[in-house]
Amino acid sequence: MTPEEEAQLKRARRGRNIALALVLIGFVALFYAITIVKMVD
Amino acid sequence: MTASANPALPAEWRDFFALTKPRVMSLVVFTGLCGLLAAPGTIHSVLGFTAVLCIALGAGGAGALNMWWEADIDAQMKRTAKRPLPQGRMKRTDARDFGVALSVASVLLMGIAVNWLAAAVLAGSILYYAVIYTIWLKPRTPQNIVIGGGAGAFPPLIGWVAVTGEITLMPVLLFALIFTWTPPHFWALALFVKSDYAKAGIPMLPVVAGEAATRKQILAYSVVLLVVSLAPWWIGGTGPIYGVAALALSGAFLALAIPVALRRAVEGDAMKPEKRLFSFSVFYLFALFAALVADRLILGQGALS
Repeated sequence: MTPEEEAQLKRARRGRNIALALVLIGFVALFYAITIVKMVD
Repeated sequence: MTASANPALPAEWRDFFALTKPRVMSLVVFTGLCGLLAAPGTIHSVLGFTAVLCIALGAGGAGALNMWWEADIDAQMKRTAKRPLPQGRMKRTDARDFGVALSVASVLLMGIAVNWLAAAVLAGSILYYAVIYTIWLKPRTPQNIVIGGGAGAFPPLIGWVAVTGEITLMPVLLFALIFTWTPPHFWALALFVKSDYAKAGIPMLPVVAGEAATRKQILAYSVVLLVVSLAPWWIGGTGPIYGVAALALSGAFLALAIPVALRRAVEGDAMKPEKRLFSFSVFYLFALFAALVADRLILGQGALS
C-alpha cells in the first residue's frame, strides 16, 4: 500500500465513522422522542 | 488504474448513500408523506416523522438490495455504470448487508413506533421490490415495468395505514394511481434510452414488443390513469380541489400521450414528444399528490395533531 492509498483509506474510514456517529446520535434522539410521546399517550 | 477502483479500500459513506437511490427516494418520501397527510385521523408529528423515515429507510434498503443483485447489469448501461458496485468502490457483500440492515431496521421501527399493519405492508413492499421484481420477474418479462410500478405504489398506502391502522378503499386507490402511472412514465423514458436495455439483456417492452406496441400501451395506460385518478373523487374520498386537479392533470397527461402514441421515431429523431411526456409525468405525480393533501387540509380535517 502506497502512502497515498493509506491516506485515502484513513480519510474514507474517518468519514464513515463520523457518518455512523451522526446516524447513531440521530436514532438515540428519535427513540427518546418516541418514548416520551408514547408515555404521554 | 486509480486508487478508488481498488475494492480493498474501504468505501466512503457517500457510496453507501448512493446505494439507497436518493433520487427515487425523494419521490417515495413525498408520496408517503402525502398519504400520511391525506389520511383521515391524527398522528403525533414525531410518530408521523418516524413513519415517513421508515418508508424512506425501507426504500433505501430495497434500493441497495436491487443494486447488489443487478451490479453486472448496471455495469453495462451508461445510466447506471457509475454506481458504486460497477465502479468497484465497495464489496458486493457490503451492499447486500447494508440493504438487509436498513430493511430490517425500518420494519422493526415502524412496528414499534407506529403500528404493525404499516410495518407488515412495508415489509411486503421491500420483499416485493427486492425479490419478486428485481430477482424474479424483471429479467423475465417485458411487463417488468408494470410489476415494478407496484413497488413504487406502496409508499402512500403505507403512509395512510400509519395513520388509520386499517386498509380501506382510498389508500388502495392511491396505490392503483401510482401503479397505473408508472408504465407510461417509464416507457416514455425507455423509448429514448432503449438501446442501453437491449445491451444489458433486460426485456424492456420497446425492445421486445417493438416501438409501435409500446406507444399504443402508453396511450392505453394514460386513459386508465384518467379514470383511476378521478376515482377517489367519485367515491367521495376527496373534495373538488383534488377532483378538478386530477381532471386537469390527467387530461394534460392524455393530451401529451396522444402524439407519442400516433408517431413513429425516424432516424436521428430528437424524441421531443416522448421527452415532454416523461418530464410532465414527474410533475404530474408531485402536483396530483400535492392537490390531494391540499384538499384534505383545506376542505377536511388535517392528519397531524
